[in-house]
Amino acid sequence: MRKEREEDVEINLTGEETPSSSNDVKPKWYKRIRKGITTSTADKKETPEGLWSKCPECNYISTTTELREGLYVCPKCNYHHRIGSEEYFDIIFDDKEYEVLFDNIKSKDFLNFTDLKNYQKRLDDIHAKTDLKDSMRVGVGKAKGEGLVVACMDFEFIGGSLGSVMGEKFSRAVDYCIAHKLPFIVISKSGGARMMESAFSLMQLAKTSGKLSQLSDAQLPYISILTDPTFGGISASFGMLGDLNIAEPGALIGFAGPRVIKETIKRDLPEGFQRSEFLLDHGFLDFIIDRKNMKEKLAQLVMLFRS
Amino acid sequence: MPQYPNRQFLDFEQPIKTLYEEREKLKQSAEKSKIDLTDGINKIEEAIIGQRRDITEHLTPWQRVQLSRHPDRPYTLKYISKIFTNFVELYGDRNVKDDKAMVGGFAQLDGETIMVIGQQKGINTKTRQLRNFGMANPEGYRKALRLMRLAEKFNKPVITFVDTPGAYPGLEAEERGQGEAIARNIYEMIRLKVPIIIVIIGEGASGGAFGIGVGDKTLMMENTWYTVISPESCSSILWRTWEKKEIAAEQLRLTATDMKGFGLVDEIVPEPLGGAHWDYDEAAEKLKVSIKNALAEIKIAEPNKRVSNRIEKYGNMGFWDEIVEEEVENIQ
Repeated sequence: MRKEREEDVEINLTGEETPSSSNDVKPKWYKRIRKGITTSTADKKETPEGLWSKCPECNYISTTTELREGLYVCPKCNYHHRIGSEEYFDIIFDDKEYEVLFDNIKSKDFLNFTDLKNYQKRLDDIHAKTDLKDSMRVGVGKAKGEGLVVACMDFEFIGGSLGSVMGEKFSRAVDYCIAHKLPFIVISKSGGARMMESAFSLMQLAKTSGKLSQLSDAQLPYISILTDPTFGGISASFGMLGDLNIAEPGALIGFAGPRVIKETIKRDLPEGFQRSEFLLDHGFLDFIIDRKNMKEKLAQLVMLFRS
Repeated sequence: MPQYPNRQFLDFEQPIKTLYEEREKLKQSAEKSKIDLTDGINKIEEAIIGQRRDITEHLTPWQRVQLSRHPDRPYTLKYISKIFTNFVELYGDRNVKDDKAMVGGFAQLDGETIMVIGQQKGINTKTRQLRNFGMANPEGYRKALRLMRLAEKFNKPVITFVDTPGAYPGLEAEERGQGEAIARNIYEMIRLKVPIIIVIIGEGASGGAFGIGVGDKTLMMENTWYTVISPESCSSILWRTWEKKEIAAEQLRLTATDMKGFGLVDEIVPEPLGGAHWDYDEAAEKLKVSIKNALAEIKIAEPNKRVSNRIEKYGNMGFWDEIVEEEVENIQ
């Protein structure tokens, strides 16, 4: 049985770590006399950082090497770990060879938006931390010899949120596809629209749809791959508009986040709600694909469209 | 506007409520004592207009959000009845059911047949529930799309009235593909061959609004808001409290003036002093003028050109830095 992960999808949009629940005041049955940790660290065994990885689903512990070789899929329960554009490009493109396109576009704080943190500061901090310029990267290369353009989101960057830069990269990627007669693949992983760009982020829904319309007129295939999680503005635009909509197993996909729905209807959500399998059952996906078969399947589909 | 005492007043409208009460007292005593108190009543009327003007001049973004949700504000069907003639309402998405939060049908604008579509809110507890507070389900968006295609087939322009706190975040809505329904509408509206005019008449909340919000011209009434998230939700996510909604409303730059300034909407439609709820006729009249002008302007273009203009218009929306070798800044 799949363990239901309680997750606040929207909170990812702040680009901060998920807040700990330590603020929930619970009655304490013990009393701390001395503050801080006083145990000696002299005998502590040093373990190198990041050598082991625990599966959030089944708690299986594997080495990071093992995990990487298995394309970041839990060998025990097939849980698909969240990975970024770098990993997806390596998985899809032959010999991990590809060219990154439009990497010179960067987000900017046009509205001078400040919540708990200034937007520009947020952008700079995340850039410093992850070296990413925004939440989407576009790569062109070959999969099993078939040429394709892949636009992939990075959840690390403000929850993979859709802002002006994603909209622009998406548009240029479509133009590139049309100019080079290549199919367009988008791998979505996003909490939704980027609030710090306000209505500009909303307008990206129409901007990207307009480009898809042109791609469609050029009779080039558009394949949308939905991964965990895909919500809000993405599912309400190009995420659901693929000639084919495909998802990784167990991915949480929907329009409204589970927390919001739960608060609205005031009852618990059924098990498996908004998972890929649920969407497949309700007719919104063409099929679900394991990450290890993704490259082969994409190449096969591109071949079928082409020949 | 409902007659006093059924009129409802927002917190910043309280001075007007006091004036209303005074006027009422004066009217009653005039009736009782048969003394002519017209002068006094007229003075109060003037004071009310003064207050309305004062409110209009000092509205904060959050107060505009409040006005857009004023319980006495005119909704889609009200505007339709005042601006159009021969309205024939059409129901159903031909798939699941009829969504009462989304209304639409053929109507005439000074003799010209138009397809009008919009979200509809209720005016009392019962109808508010019936209309689901203006929050459409997927079948609402699919009904809207069906009507738009019908309009396209018979070459009739489409006018949509946007007024929603958001698409309904329900369990069945997800089962029936809320995201897909909105996505499909946005995609089809970009490609629709006939002229489309969007009017934000109240709340323009994110995807729920945008699902009927893509067109050649977007008009925004003076006291409405339009952005990617409601200020309350924005506050709860970014500030992690519901209390910062006023600040969120400012930061989001969601007013008509902001949106026009950014070039994201084309025109601001003026409202009666103090808001559209003060005078439905005046509000509808002003809106009608704007709609007619906008329609005349976009009807000229040839259909394919209109679609490519639309794609180009939305394609130009956004801002970013482009890093060129010499680090030249390119502001879009």
